[in-house]
Amino acid sequence: MTQATAVKVRDRPAERTDFWWVEPVVIVAVLGAFVLYSMYAGLAGTNYYFEPYLSPLYSPCITANCVHPTLPIVGSYWNLSPAILIVAFPLAFRVTCYYYRRSYYRAFFWSPPACAVPDARKSYAGETRFPFLAQNLHRYALIFATTLLIFLWWDVFLAFNFNGHFGIGLGSILMLANVILLSGYSASCHSLRYLVGGYLDSFHGKSLRFRLWSWANTLNARHARWAWASLLVVGSTDAYIRLLAMGVLHDPRIVF
Amino acid sequence: MADVERHDYDVVVIGAGGAGLRAAIEADARGAKTAIVCKSLLGKAHTVMAEGGIAAALGNVWPEDNWKVHFRDTMRGGKLLNNWRMAQLHAQEAPDRVLELEEWGALFDRTKDGLILQRDFGGHRYARLAHVGDRTGLEMIRTLQDAAVAKGIDVFMECTLRHLLTDGERVTGAMGYWRQSGKLIAFGAKAVVLATGGVGKAWRVTSNSWEYTGDGIAMALEAGADLIDMEMTQFHPTGMVWPPSVRGLLVTEGVRGDGGTLRNKSGDRFMFKYIPAFFRAETADTEKEADAWYEDKKNNRRTPDLLPRDEVARAINSEVKAGRGTEHGGVFLDIATRRSADYIKRRLPSMYHQFKELADVDITKQQMEIGPTLHYIMGGIRVDPDTEAATVPGLYAAGEVAAGMHGANRLGGNSLSDLLVFGRRAGEAAAEYSKRARAPTVDDAQVSAYAQRMEAPFEKGGDENPYKIHSELQDTMQELVGIIRRRDELEEALARLERFRARAARASVTGSRVYNPGWHLALDLENLIGVSEAVTRSALIREESRGGHTRDDFPKTDPEWGTKNVVTRKRDGRLNITTEPIPKVPAELSALLGEDKPTGDAATGARTPVAAGDD
Amino acid sequence: MPDTQVWVWRGDASGGDFMPYRVEADEGMVVLDVVHRIQAEKAPDLAVRWNCKAGKCGSCSAEVNGHPKLMCMTRMNEFAPDEHITISPVKTFPVIKDLVTDVSFNYEKAKTIPPFKPKPRDPDGKRRMYQEDVERVQEFHKCIECFLCQDVCHVIRDHEENKESFSGPRFFVRLAALEMHPLDANERIDLIRAKHGLGFCNITKCCTEVCPEDIHITDNAIIPLKERVVSAHYDPIAWALRRMRGKKDEFAPPEPKPPSA
Repeated sequence: MTQATAVKVRDRPAERTDFWWVEPVVIVAVLGAFVLYSMYAGLAGTNYYFEPYLSPLYSPCITANCVHPTLPIVGSYWNLSPAILIVAFPLAFRVTCYYYRRSYYRAFFWSPPACAVPDARKSYAGETRFPFLAQNLHRYALIFATTLLIFLWWDVFLAFNFNGHFGIGLGSILMLANVILLSGYSASCHSLRYLVGGYLDSFHGKSLRFRLWSWANTLNARHARWAWASLLVVGSTDAYIRLLAMGVLHDPRIVF
Repeated sequence: MADVERHDYDVVVIGAGGAGLRAAIEADARGAKTAIVCKSLLGKAHTVMAEGGIAAALGNVWPEDNWKVHFRDTMRGGKLLNNWRMAQLHAQEAPDRVLELEEWGALFDRTKDGLILQRDFGGHRYARLAHVGDRTGLEMIRTLQDAAVAKGIDVFMECTLRHLLTDGERVTGAMGYWRQSGKLIAFGAKAVVLATGGVGKAWRVTSNSWEYTGDGIAMALEAGADLIDMEMTQFHPTGMVWPPSVRGLLVTEGVRGDGGTLRNKSGDRFMFKYIPAFFRAETADTEKEADAWYEDKKNNRRTPDLLPRDEVARAINSEVKAGRGTEHGGVFLDIATRRSADYIKRRLPSMYHQFKELADVDITKQQMEIGPTLHYIMGGIRVDPDTEAATVPGLYAAGEVAAGMHGANRLGGNSLSDLLVFGRRAGEAAAEYSKRARAPTVDDAQVSAYAQRMEAPFEKGGDENPYKIHSELQDTMQELVGIIRRRDELEEALARLERFRARAARASVTGSRVYNPGWHLALDLENLIGVSEAVTRSALIREESRGGHTRDDFPKTDPEWGTKNVVTRKRDGRLNITTEPIPKVPAELSALLGEDKPTGDAATGARTPVAAGDD
Repeated sequence: MPDTQVWVWRGDASGGDFMPYRVEADEGMVVLDVVHRIQAEKAPDLAVRWNCKAGKCGSCSAEVNGHPKLMCMTRMNEFAPDEHITISPVKTFPVIKDLVTDVSFNYEKAKTIPPFKPKPRDPDGKRRMYQEDVERVQEFHKCIECFLCQDVCHVIRDHEENKESFSGPRFFVRLAALEMHPLDANERIDLIRAKHGLGFCNITKCCTEVCPEDIHITDNAIIPLKERVVSAHYDPIAWALRRMRGKKDEFAPPEPKPPSA
């Protein structure tokens, strides 16, 4: 049985011959593109407002120097892009997100790159050590990021107001879609599902929490889709407003 | 003496299905040093395949239900051939055994007010089966497995025990081999509990796995214990028939319990033609009434689709033989027209999955093609009803391997409860016996002789492929000792079994002793053939049709035979078949059963029944 | 019916290799049927585990073309007619022979889990549980212990040294079943973090992908357990709340109660 070519079963080469590498490559490309674009857009500090649209990457705009301040609590001494002050919140939410963790551990860390394909790392301690221990604070990231959603909804409200007249522009629709997707992303969060009722062992006699948990559960099943859709639409909304502000595009709108 | 690993225990339980695990938990709880020995990995035993539920008169859905009704249903379903005391104990204790599973963490489906939900099944007057969707057996075995592991009971996995060790009459241990290493192992034990299940692998179309080779029955027979009712084999009416690779796979009776109906190829609900007199009073005779029964059980009689399994299996067999079957030799089972897709997926998830994955059939839209499959043997080791002691000292048996409880036909759902009720009783009695018994002596000469027998296939250099012999055995039992039996065919089967035995002795084995399935099968053949012979000889003796035993040449159910057990013993290497009277049901229980007795002709199919006196 | 060719890994702990076998193909055949036919016709000592052949017992786990699968539920018609089909033993556990591996790791881990401990009965002596509570845990009870999740989990598949401190997805499913059981009174959260190594899991979800019972292992068992561990160990507000309420609040797992009589 044991022949000259025999290999120990654990050392045998991976037998998957299908295109397992497609998924990590796509994730690296899309996530990478988003990170690069949002760094460019966030650091630029210009072209983030085209009346009445405020880019979601800049909302809430909290500096006095902002073109369209939402809540100017930072004085005019802040000369850099206002986006820098708020980026940490949505960033932390996405970085610690259970879905994104799956994706970047696979695509960027290759740990593992795909199922039953060998881990690229020699030693592995998962999330038991710093900095990965911080992933455990996902629920705080959820709370902060979700709080900021209030401002985004306010921006959408403003985005239907064209000099005192109600109107609908392509920008308004994009911003509305964006905030709906972001809200869906938050509402489908694993931590939220836990906080609204998942911590209970018995829902009997706790019908509100059971209903909330059931909704969260239903949304949670599609958490990955919410994550991707909201990511792409945030980027697109910013790009659209940016191009409007740069005068490249013209915003089709109906004002009543 | 051969190199044999040795262990000593108070109680050795062979088999780790429901009965074995329950017996071991009880023996351990009563202070006996206990071991569980099983052929497969722990938790893979056939109990895992049980789907529909555990019958127990909890009365959660129908407060009218109680042990007396359950007792009556069991006895009538068994065509009154049951051991009345076992049926009584079973009906009385099943509810406690089910509730006990909850104490160990089992999660049954619930009624609205938080109690265990119960479902309808064939032959049970009330919805009585505690269940978890259609994977009740998995829930049960995992619960018992975890309970046994938590108690720290020693488990010997993938260890096949092939022979009982004896000291005079008394059983003092068991011997076999580790499947993984091929090394031999012997247990000295004050008491041995057999919980090895049945012998389904002797048939071609069976719901049973490779493990079902009749080990316990063969070992008990060898050790001098009595068997009874070996002719009583159950063909489950609904096994898959297509594609060929899944032929025989079980389709739970829960499909019919939850609204499925049987139809032949022209779409007729043929079961209305096959209602025997014995069940006429409680069975709907029109489609209208049967349909209404699903919604209103008080004012309608139950559908004939839910007659006991023997009746339904025979009916299907007759339809197919009369040319009214499907192209693959089955009939249709349809639940899609009565129930919504959601309901089916929630109540029968694994059936949905099984048909979808293995047969490309969506049972929420399409009909299933089904036919009878050998599922269970009612016969087996004769035991004392209260202690499950076999007729030789130190030996106990529980579950499918034991006989008496189910008479001529087992009702669906009564098996899981049987495992728990009698598993516990066997464990208790074995532990108590081990306290009284003197230390077992293991006879080295016996150990050496058995060691030689097990090692023989490696040394003999035979010329017969064991897989081929097994396959031919399965065909023989299927064709000649199937649902419908006949003298000449049974005699032919006996002749062939003799030839198989001679060939099995020359089975060839290649490779090493490490995890060698060819060797294992070569050894299993002896048990398969031996138990097949017991079934065939018993079937030849019982000249009537009753329950799981239907004779084409004796199609009538004969009240005279209803008072007799067929008893099998092995003496001087030969099977000795006799009849003995069944213990008489005491008057107060007899009153529960009703006056009528099973009579009339069994539906034997297209063949013309041979007139009595023809042979 | 045409022939079908597969490459079966044959060997033992010392090594082995793929061997080609050609057998007749039947309609509806699954990989396990092919293996059985090879056993019956070509290699009687070919070692393979199986029982129910219906995806209910979880015995016939192997890797087919590198994918962890139950052989009894993998149809041969999933493959292209000329596809190179390999069948090999699971990788996480040591090989005994051919397709059979030593899975005792799992049975040893099972022994370290504190069992179910029931809360007291209702005043009328009955136990009540409700379908909505039972259903969440029933998903976990669907586990057939095929150990494919253990096989695919890179924490132990690729890092032998982690086996000591990590129990694997199967046992997080089991621990979740116990922790979320409406009537359980035992305390395991500490153990889940420290002894069973929940933190090693980086939720890459391969366990969920291979589960033949479609248990949402990652989303419904592992992540909720991680959240419970966070409440008990990492969340400062949950900690403060516990202190304020005298160590009893809903965010903390229930205190162990004495077993019922």
